[in-house]
Amino acid sequence: MHSIRKNFKIIVSSAAVGLAVAAIIAITRGHTFAVLDPQGAIATQQRTILIIATVLILVIVLPVIAMTFAIAWRYREQNTKARYTPDWDGDGRLETIWWGIPVLIIIALSSVIWTSSHALDPYKPIASATPPLQVQVVALPWKWLFIYPEQHIASVNLLKMPVGRPVEFTITSDAAMNSLWIPQLGGQVYAMAGMNTKLHLIADKTGNYRGSSANISGTGFADMHFIASAVSSDDFATWATSVQNSGKDLTQTSYATLARPGTLPSPDFYRATDATLYDTIINKYMYPAGTPPDGGSMEHTMMGH
Amino acid sequence: MNALNEKNKLGFWLYLMTDCVLFASLFATYAVLRNNTFGGPSGAELFSLPFVLVETVILLTSSFVSGLLLLAAQAGNKKMALWWLASVIILGLSFLGMELYEFSNLIHEGNSWQRSGFLSAFFTLVGTHGLHILFGLVWAVLLFYLLAKKGLTNGVIKRLSLFGLFWHFLDIIWIFIFTFVYMIGAI
Amino acid sequence: MLGRLSWAAFPHEMIVLGGAVSMVGAVALIIAALSYFKLWTWLWREWLTSLDPKRIGVMYGVVGGVMLVRGVIDTALLRTQQALAAGDNPGILTSDHFQQIFTAHGTMMIFFVAMGLMFAIINLILPLQLGARDVAFPFLNSVSFWLFAAGAILVNVSLVIGEFAATGWLAYPPLSGIASSPGVGVDYWLWSLQIAGVGSLLSGINFLVTILRMRAPGMTLKKMPIFAWSVLGSMTLVAFAFPILTATLAMLSLDRLLGMHFFTSEAGGNPMMYINLIWAWGHPEVYILILPAFGIFSEIVATFSRKRLFGYMSMVYAIGAITFLSFIVWLHHFFTMGAGANVNAFFGIMTAVIAVPTGVKVFNWLFTMYRGRIRFATPMLWFMGFVVTFTIGGMTGVLMSVPAIDFQVHNSLFLVAHFHNMIIGGVLFGYFAGFSYWFPKVFGFTLNERLGKYAFWCWIIGFLLAFMPLYILGFMGATRRLDHYDASLGWQGLFIVAGVGVLVILMGIGFQALQIIVSIVQRNKHRDTTGDPWNGRTLEWSTSSPAPAYNFAITPKVESRDPFWEAKQARGKTLPLQHATKEYVDIYLPKNTPLGIYIAVSSFVVGFSVIWHIWWLAVIGFIGVIAFIIIRSFDEDTEIKISAAELKKADAARLALHEAAR
Repeated sequence: MHSIRKNFKIIVSSAAVGLAVAAIIAITRGHTFAVLDPQGAIATQQRTILIIATVLILVIVLPVIAMTFAIAWRYREQNTKARYTPDWDGDGRLETIWWGIPVLIIIALSSVIWTSSHALDPYKPIASATPPLQVQVVALPWKWLFIYPEQHIASVNLLKMPVGRPVEFTITSDAAMNSLWIPQLGGQVYAMAGMNTKLHLIADKTGNYRGSSANISGTGFADMHFIASAVSSDDFATWATSVQNSGKDLTQTSYATLARPGTLPSPDFYRATDATLYDTIINKYMYPAGTPPDGGSMEHTMMGH
Repeated sequence: MNALNEKNKLGFWLYLMTDCVLFASLFATYAVLRNNTFGGPSGAELFSLPFVLVETVILLTSSFVSGLLLLAAQAGNKKMALWWLASVIILGLSFLGMELYEFSNLIHEGNSWQRSGFLSAFFTLVGTHGLHILFGLVWAVLLFYLLAKKGLTNGVIKRLSLFGLFWHFLDIIWIFIFTFVYMIGAI
Repeated sequence: MLGRLSWAAFPHEMIVLGGAVSMVGAVALIIAALSYFKLWTWLWREWLTSLDPKRIGVMYGVVGGVMLVRGVIDTALLRTQQALAAGDNPGILTSDHFQQIFTAHGTMMIFFVAMGLMFAIINLILPLQLGARDVAFPFLNSVSFWLFAAGAILVNVSLVIGEFAATGWLAYPPLSGIASSPGVGVDYWLWSLQIAGVGSLLSGINFLVTILRMRAPGMTLKKMPIFAWSVLGSMTLVAFAFPILTATLAMLSLDRLLGMHFFTSEAGGNPMMYINLIWAWGHPEVYILILPAFGIFSEIVATFSRKRLFGYMSMVYAIGAITFLSFIVWLHHFFTMGAGANVNAFFGIMTAVIAVPTGVKVFNWLFTMYRGRIRFATPMLWFMGFVVTFTIGGMTGVLMSVPAIDFQVHNSLFLVAHFHNMIIGGVLFGYFAGFSYWFPKVFGFTLNERLGKYAFWCWIIGFLLAFMPLYILGFMGATRRLDHYDASLGWQGLFIVAGVGVLVILMGIGFQALQIIVSIVQRNKHRDTTGDPWNGRTLEWSTSSPAPAYNFAITPKVESRDPFWEAKQARGKTLPLQHATKEYVDIYLPKNTPLGIYIAVSSFVVGFSVIWHIWWLAVIGFIGVIAFIIIRSFDEDTEIKISAAELKKADAARLALHEAAR
């Protein structure tokens, strides 16, 4: 009778777990698991490291969880057959083992950390035959401005990029701190006022990938997402030309309007002829008004750069 | 009573250590913001070393006098102890007066804490030390009252020795400020 | 005259108004009840002005428990919003209100729930475990508690008057600067934390001295219970980390009040400095909370396995290692800030290294159970739940210590799931375990086991439902703190599951409340007359339940790590302890005093009036603080005597009761 009840519990709990998994599969079916479904070299490598590290850690976590239940069951009060040694309180060899095993795993993990931190340093250019596309990113309240200095254009809340060509993002903010994250291409670096940060990404396949701000930046924060659209280089060139021919100019004045707090329901495009715009956005935080720097820009730096 | 003294002493040392961490945070911030003058004046343009040197001498003297105060207290010489304590208070007040004079001059010349990150950090670091001096002086005045009224009881001597620790501590912090803020800043 | 305070500060929106009204209503109800039953004098004399750490501990627990309920109700609102607001559905909250709620949620859960419950347990148990009569500085202890309470009240006042910060619980500038957040919200955040933080700092010093100077004769550091060791580690962190918080909050306040430029983007400020400083406090803070939980589990596992703790010295070294390492990992909270690869790698590796001592602790617990006789009372269930959730959380934590992985999950719901794994599955489960373990010691009767187990199952199932979907959402690219999202992303189902999880957790809290009520009603049935309901091992079980004000009639003498267990083994179940002195001696206990309350009330006045720029009132409050401190320092009549004869009589009664129970 007792064993039936016990089995009943096991059946019920397995059924519950099975149901939960089935439910999760059902409600997420057809949707993107962005981090696990990379579409660019950086995100792919990041996923690989995620898998390696997970396996390394599971080597220790799974036995621990299994041991917990096994020991708990074996040495339960009711099991008077099990050995009971109330004064046994230490064993040098055993303790050495469990200081040792985690140390070994952490050494292995540390080498993963060290190599991957360097290999996937967001500041490191992606090796490629074609030079990277330059994109200057300005986080505004609450929209993303992308300036293409070589194409003399700018777009808001839409990032066009040629597939297979690295993109070098130079990122700043003209508001609160934000974070530029495109999970399927790789992530993520903060955007901060008065400062340049860098991010190198590449798209391997054409497609539309969701990007967003990952750091709370005020009321409109939830609307601060954009589409990263990877297209063929021909399509990219065509798009750039069409934007160049569109009417609006991104001047200091129109920028000031754009930079006002507010969300933007659909993407917007500009001709960006003022090559100094990006630097002025940074410099206004670094120098008092009316005293422009003598050439170049000065910015805050983070440790190690 | 001895056990109580033990506790108080350890507790007070621990408090001083936490205060050290507080100052360390302010020093670290100052170190980061030191060159962020935002087009405003730098330390080299603002600090007058001779003036600060006088401040330093005054504070060091007061620290020395607080040592004499303890010696007198332990020797049971109430009158001397009162004299030394009064001297500590006067020296402390002079130091504070000079600091306020320096601050008001800076503000008067348009170089207040609103001018730049550097000046914010400067005013806050030096001002926090000054605030500690002020609290020390309030404490010293109370001790003066206690000493005059009750004489050199165990409780009063215990408090005087804790005050001595506090005063030496502020001295050490000031030496750091003098070196890292004024001397290096003046270069 | 009233600064920024005007009628506009009171709530106008429906949901905010509802919150405010229910809050004011609850307070009014409590006041009415106390007045009706004429309990004010009793409350004031016996509790509010008490310097007995056992009473202060209970008060910490009450504040922590009330704040827990508020924090979880906040969660319910947040998840309801997220479950609804897919696509065009606006949900029930405005963006601003949503952001205020999650900020309040994080602030309250860390500062007032976790810290509150931690200080509750330390106050209740630490002196008893050390064989001490009291903490080192009883009055300071009362000041600490009341400052903590003042901070908690200030957060709650923001619900009725004004608003709370909408910046996230760590209020990063420049968003929290005066330009982006001109309202009073961030000021409420700053001052409630500043006041409560000073209280915590004072507590840290107090308990450090208690541990280092007040142990019973014979209790060397190596014979000290592991819980006391864990508190030693935790309080060391408090002493080193909280001054950083004090300084950082002060600097942000100066930016906002006096127009300084510490953390502004312009004029030479540097917001990154704030983020470094706040995490230089914030990371140790996590270990401040978790170390005592580790200590609690160490006591519980040994007691309920009826076996000595395995690897005592390993445990001590592990605590030491964690204490040290927790200060050199803070940068892992912002790998994404653009530090160089070497810097990121260093902090990543240091973070991963913390997994080693933590892992060692888990193994030691398992081998304490190994060859034991394990009794699965409620505290032990919490431990089992803890091992599972904590190892999952530890695993995801180690994953995030790899910068290249962190870039892809930072600030996503994956991160949110991770730290809730640690704070709920680690910290909170630990404190709940301690709550059911030590409850009889504090109140003199055991808790209802059945309801305790129901509460546990609701918590663990609710926890899994509420947070496992968040890991998945993180992988789907969902960032934290979103008040709405596109329906096409397919996140809604998972948010609904998470919301259901919150409801199950709320049921768990309901069972806990019911458990307390039922246990009080049935208290005579479950009296703990022996003082030792679990066959305990350490000194706290050797005195009566509840312990008398003086803890021990005769100060115990300690010769081993499990003094009470050893004594029971050696001499059967009566008169179990060696004593330092043969005879009863006069003892002195601190007199009650309301000055701690007065200091805290004055601090509250300072905080409230600076928030609203009512400067004259701030000056009055400040003078009050100083004046009350001076008054206390002049007060020489602070102790009452309990004579040896009285002690002897009381102790004889206790032993007679103990005999009768056998």
